[in-house]
Amino acid sequence: MTISSAFDVGLVVLILAVGAATIAMREAFAAVIGYVVYGLLLAMAWVRLAAVDVALTEAAIGGGMTGMLMLGAVARLRLAEGNDIRTSLPVRLAAGVLCVLVTAGVAVAILSPPKTIPTLAPMVMENLAQSGLGNPVAGVLFVYRALDTLLEKVVLILALLGVWSLAPDSVWGGIPGLRVYARPGSTLTFLAQLLPPVGIVVAVYMCWVGAKEPGGAFQGGTVLAAMWLLVMIAGLTSVPSIGERWLRRLLVVGPVIFLGIGLAGMVLANAFLAYPPGYAKPLIVAVEVALTLSIGAALGLLAAGPPERV
Amino acid sequence: MNAATLFGLCGAVLVGLGLYGLVTNPEPLRKILAFNLLGSGVFLVFGVVARRAAASGLGGDPVPQAMVITAIVVAFAATAMAIALVLRLLQETGRSTLSADDPGGTDGGNS
Repeated sequence: MTISSAFDVGLVVLILAVGAATIAMREAFAAVIGYVVYGLLLAMAWVRLAAVDVALTEAAIGGGMTGMLMLGAVARLRLAEGNDIRTSLPVRLAAGVLCVLVTAGVAVAILSPPKTIPTLAPMVMENLAQSGLGNPVAGVLFVYRALDTLLEKVVLILALLGVWSLAPDSVWGGIPGLRVYARPGSTLTFLAQLLPPVGIVVAVYMCWVGAKEPGGAFQGGTVLAAMWLLVMIAGLTSVPSIGERWLRRLLVVGPVIFLGIGLAGMVLANAFLAYPPGYAKPLIVAVEVALTLSIGAALGLLAAGPPERV
Repeated sequence: MNAATLFGLCGAVLVGLGLYGLVTNPEPLRKILAFNLLGSGVFLVFGVVARRAAASGLGGDPVPQAMVITAIVVAFAATAMAIALVLRLLQETGRSTLSADDPGGTDGGNS
């Protein structure tokens, strides 16, 4: 057994152990901490599958942002009643049998791959040079499947509208109920002063390098959102009310520019979301910059939750 | 067994684990967590499909990889929405369970 295959086996054992622990733990808090660890381990698995772009997204969004959301929810749900109900043994046994069957089905599919494996990689690489991009994943996201990427931004905004609309009418347009721990001189305040300059540079770098190397608007936007949340939670900047004009504009600037360029493509390049020859890369970079800002704002506000006070 | 198959089997077990948690755990927050685990198992299987389709000097097929990135972001959006719903349920009823026939059910809302 080589070192890399030993590493893979160890990684899989760790992922499964931590994954099982997040399901089996009694304490919701412990389960969520387990889930964050699980997200980071899974990011390593993605690196081993030669998908560094996915690894960055999984670590930032799957582990970090989801974990933060869940920790906030655990803190509020702690006082709730009805957390002591347990499912009866027969139900658990039946569910266990069902899950083993599902796992076995997926495993059989994994173990019996088709003789000729379909791949779109050669087609992507053939046409990538025209777009001026060096990262094939960015090529897929912004050239071949640009519609998916555009709609996914719309999904983020729709989810945010959904979260906001759960607020009672009296506080509509108010300030999200993000918990603020303003304690001057604490470690949190120190970190909130120390990390954002570094984080913002990292976010700008990720967004810029995404055209050539793994990275891009999602990853950059998530880092921006994390920095924004950090300074808000530390009380160094106030949580804005959701009615603020600048906030609304920031949220839509990315999708609007993307849509605008897409519509311009109908006139200039004969197809919706097509780029005129020679201008593909500058246009994609412009879209990525605008999207990074919008994604950062949307993710930060999703994590901040619905408005709770005026 | 190569690395891709190993991670594929890992994904298969994660799907089962997530499904089990989703069915058996009565707390909505834990259900959301289990659902995310299930989803990440599906993504991992998808990543294995991408890895096996490696060609043209790439480590994997970039099309499924890009789709998984989109999927992770959409899963996050759905999770945020679900958590907001659970917290609203708590605000309305003071409870965080979904069971209908609970003896201690409060008046507000259909708990």
